Amino acid sequence: MFACIFVPNFPVAAVFRAEPELRARAVAIFEGTPPLEKVFAVNESASRAGITPGMAKAQAELCSELTLRPRSLLQESVAHAALLDCAQSFSPCVEDAAADMALVDLEGMESLFGSLLKIAHSLFRRAADLGLDANVAVASNPDAAQLAARGFTGVTVIPSGQEAESLGSLPVEVLFAGWDENKDREGKKKEEGQREKSADLLATLERWGIRNLRALAALPEIALSERLGQEGLRLQQLARGAASRTLVPVEAPAVFEEAIELEYPIVLLEPLAFLLNRLLDQVCARLAARALNTQELRLTLALQNLAGVDPQLETFGIPSESDALHNEAHAPARHFISGRQSQFCRTLRLPLPMLDAKLFLKLLQLDLNAHPPGAPIQKIHLAAEPAWPRSAQGGLFLPPSPEPEKLELTLARIAGLVGEPRVGSVELLDTHRAEGFRMRRFTPEAALKIDCQKAAEGKSAIAALRLFRPLLRATVTLENGELARVVCLKKKEVQGNVLWKTGPWRSSGDWWEREAWARDEWDIALQNADSVALYRLVHDLLGGSWFVEGTYD
Amino acid sequence: MSSAVVSTSAAQGRPFVFIEEGAEVCPAPSEAELCTEGRPPQRAFSTSVFSTSKDARLAGVTSASQLAVRRAPEMVSSGVAAMDALTGGLPRGCLTEICGPASSGRTTLLLAALAAATGRGECSVLVDASDALDPQSAAAAGVELDRLLWVRCGENSPEKSLEQLLRATDLLLESGGFGLIALDLGDLPEQAARRIPLTTWFRFRRAVEHTPTVLLAVERQSIAGSCSSLLVKLGLVKLGLVKLGLVKLGVMRMGESGNRANETSMDSQFALPTHAQLLTELEITAELVRSRLDRKPVRSAEITFASKTAWAG
Repeated sequence: MFACIFVPNFPVAAVFRAEPELRARAVAIFEGTPPLEKVFAVNESASRAGITPGMAKAQAELCSELTLRPRSLLQESVAHAALLDCAQSFSPCVEDAAADMALVDLEGMESLFGSLLKIAHSLFRRAADLGLDANVAVASNPDAAQLAARGFTGVTVIPSGQEAESLGSLPVEVLFAGWDENKDREGKKKEEGQREKSADLLATLERWGIRNLRALAALPEIALSERLGQEGLRLQQLARGAASRTLVPVEAPAVFEEAIELEYPIVLLEPLAFLLNRLLDQVCARLAARALNTQELRLTLALQNLAGVDPQLETFGIPSESDALHNEAHAPARHFISGRQSQFCRTLRLPLPMLDAKLFLKLLQLDLNAHPPGAPIQKIHLAAEPAWPRSAQGGLFLPPSPEPEKLELTLARIAGLVGEPRVGSVELLDTHRAEGFRMRRFTPEAALKIDCQKAAEGKSAIAALRLFRPLLRATVTLENGELARVVCLKKKEVQGNVLWKTGPWRSSGDWWEREAWARDEWDIALQNADSVALYRLVHDLLGGSWFVEGTYD
Repeated sequence: MSSAVVSTSAAQGRPFVFIEEGAEVCPAPSEAELCTEGRPPQRAFSTSVFSTSKDARLAGVTSASQLAVRRAPEMVSSGVAAMDALTGGLPRGCLTEICGPASSGRTTLLLAALAAATGRGECSVLVDASDALDPQSAAAAGVELDRLLWVRCGENSPEKSLEQLLRATDLLLESGGFGLIALDLGDLPEQAARRIPLTTWFRFRRAVEHTPTVLLAVERQSIAGSCSSLLVKLGLVKLGLVKLGLVKLGVMRMGESGNRANETSMDSQFALPTHAQLLTELEITAELVRSRLDRKPVRSAEITFASKTAWAG
């Protein structure tokens, strides 16, 4: 058995998917170059208002309640990808029959998902979840399913052997409906030839008084073959629901992208959040349909290039969609300028695969608050890198660990408070230079994999050094070449007579680099007003200055 | 605690009746029933309360004598055996304060606690108000750096860093799941630290209550008041020194209280050249000032422990 998912009036459905609030209004989609723009597709409300495809845009604009939208191939391609995701969520054997249609092989699926009717309803609901109002039909062969999906609204299940009766009431036009909509894929010449051919056949059938498939199926085969040739026989087989062919399965690419082109540019981040929420919901629904999570989100904003708005933009040329490779978790913003638009890219890398639209929205909001785009936004493009869901089994006796989703949000919020590079875990570098470490992302899951529990009880405490950042510049008084008194103007408690000292301990390095360093270190006890404290005093041998680096505490 | 019930009843002027265990609870008579007996409703009500002691509406109120004793918090190792002997460790779900002046061993104890927590496999956080952590010292102390989240406040003014610290702590406590959250206020000026409202510490205490998190604050002087369950005061006693070649040279005493410079004594052997000596050990005294972990008040106790410098092993 085969199922067909068909989205009627696909250009309008693609727009409704991006802007669901338009569903209740009369909408017309136009295309063409100004001033020769023509209405390309309309919804039912617009049709009732007298708007028809082919009408000039200027003429359609006279209808006050009509909402006009330009045809967006980007949104159509995204809707098509969602349609394939819907089909792929039930079976791996899926044929990409047309931009608005997908065929699914249901062989062996009944044991997994229930009866055919149940599967059909599930497909219908899944398509609705992905924002598509689809017709779903199930039949014993792909062509019968295709015709039923085009002809009947909602869910249709044709039992095996009853194809002719079920399809009989459909008009003959349904046999030629697919040809017009494939025009983007076919060559122009071939498309025109097919259109002429189908128009001739339709006119012939009309002349014979053949209105529906039942009448076509009842015609004598030899007589039909004599008059219309093999094409006539093929159409009759289709009308009887007896055509047989094998499915041509495709592997749907694991590309999860959503985009919105805005009629008016957005300036504030708050309205942007609403649109991001919608995009994230759609991306997450598609990922969930394929049982996938994501570990990386790429947000690309096409900005209106205003003169003098962003003089620091770097010109990188025109980017490709996947040209947002960054090394950091929250990668630095990148701007691209192409023509009158510049693009602003942000990449959100997650430590673990996740699928939570609300969490993603919050993280993107925090990121955009910290790195605002700097210009009005005209187009939003969001891409998610798919990843397998993490599989982990919790244990009763594992040490407490923060939930990854909560932790990610907490880290993003703290990064917003103290700055991104000032929160994370520490990685020591192989150097003797002071401050020989770097900050990196805190990933407790990776840390927990290290299954070594050190017993700290038996170990004696290690005296710690507390650093002053930045180093405290000190004035040192020498008596007979010995340290006698240290005064720090910036920190008044770090001053006094030197009670005791050891040193100097000399170290140097990187002399082959521009950032060479050489210093003498002293451990000193300073007599303050009311206490004695131990400090590390540093003499910079290259600069000649004295600093208090820290205190032993 | 059913304080709301108590205050409501008190506001209505009704006496409290506690039901003994095993006593049968009878439903309270309705007002209509009381009126049909031909007596004034108010009198009938008070009579029923005093005579039967079985008002079902008060069945949920527990008498003070029957209040369950709060379970003692779980104690975890502080990483220093002497400290564990003094305090019993660090309590989970409570606020612990460690205070002392500079060079009193606060950071040593902090790193020991972090090393113990990360060694147990727990994720820990250090919210650093002054950005004072030395990662080399932390690694030498045995802190698993992969399990330590370091929040570095203090890029600007002390006030700004304090605000960052408090907000970050709120977020971390809300997030949950950490074994130890340490707040390092050691270098913050006392005036700035005292600006933290007591309500903030109450909020922290409430947030950490009933969680497996140890909340540890390191500061110059105690600022959390009664919100902290444990308060330990540290001080430096003496320095251990060796002559190069690891021959024990002697000690430098800091005086009885460790804070009088004129009482500091030095052995004559320290007349050696400065590069012939090596600081190997700090001896620290720890005083248990306050503990609210037990129901009875604790007596102040004091111990001394040594912390070795990283190069002395």
